[in-house]
Amino acid sequence: MEQKTNVIAEDGKQEILITREFDLPVELLYKAYTEPDFIEQWMGTKVLKFDFQKHGSYQFSTTDPKGNQIGFNGTIHDFTTNQKIIRTFEMENMPFGVQLEIYEFEKLTESTSKLKQQVIYQSVNHRDHNLKLPFKQGINWAHNRLEEILQNLNA
Amino acid sequence: MKLRRDVFQAIADPTRRTIISLVALQAMTPTAIAENFDYSRQTISKHIQILTECEILEQEQKGREIYYQLNPNGMKEIAEFIEPFRKLWDDRFNKLESVMKKYQSKK
Repeated sequence: MEQKTNVIAEDGKQEILITREFDLPVELLYKAYTEPDFIEQWMGTKVLKFDFQKHGSYQFSTTDPKGNQIGFNGTIHDFTTNQKIIRTFEMENMPFGVQLEIYEFEKLTESTSKLKQQVIYQSVNHRDHNLKLPFKQGINWAHNRLEEILQNLNA
Repeated sequence: MKLRRDVFQAIADPTRRTIISLVALQAMTPTAIAENFDYSRQTISKHIQILTECEILEQEQKGREIYYQLNPNGMKEIAEFIEPFRKLWDDRFNKLESVMKKYQSKK
């Protein structure tokens, strides 16, 4: 079965390309990225600031499972309605660096669309680190679960 | 037991990536691999050793010679590094789709 979401991360490059086809008209897909209400719903984040205009900026805040506040922010570099958004994205107080994100929205049919999300990192190392985060989290969770099980056995 | 190295670190090095692409075509002896580089045989041996420890390369004894070839399982592990990342985005996009569909049907 072909996957809906594809990730291309070529060796030695400092970028990632994510593509996805949506069962949504391109106007709705674009709305999901440009209206704070929708961003809050699908990203599960609080939108503190969202000044969507050229050279405007945005600020999100998310609470992690441990109750810590994690801040994100960036600047809108440029956009073309229903076609393109270029923005920066940075996780605050984390050593992950700033990233440049280029979103291309494409109409496939009246009711389907495609997103191309190109993410450019500061270096190959930054990219690989970001790419590995979900993998490492998965390992940590598995490890924590294992520890819990072992502790329960010993209790 | 030897400390298992980070597979990503292993493939981050350009020399090691070249070694991977060389042996991907055919099994090679360390001498044959080293002939492709200007580095000392010792340097190349070190790189081969790291790749073997990461289980990206595997050894095969043929007569008096040791040949190195790709370990298909090791390469699979590299692909699996990306899978959790892909899954994360897939989940997010599924959420996006369902949120927008709900909105669409309310209109």
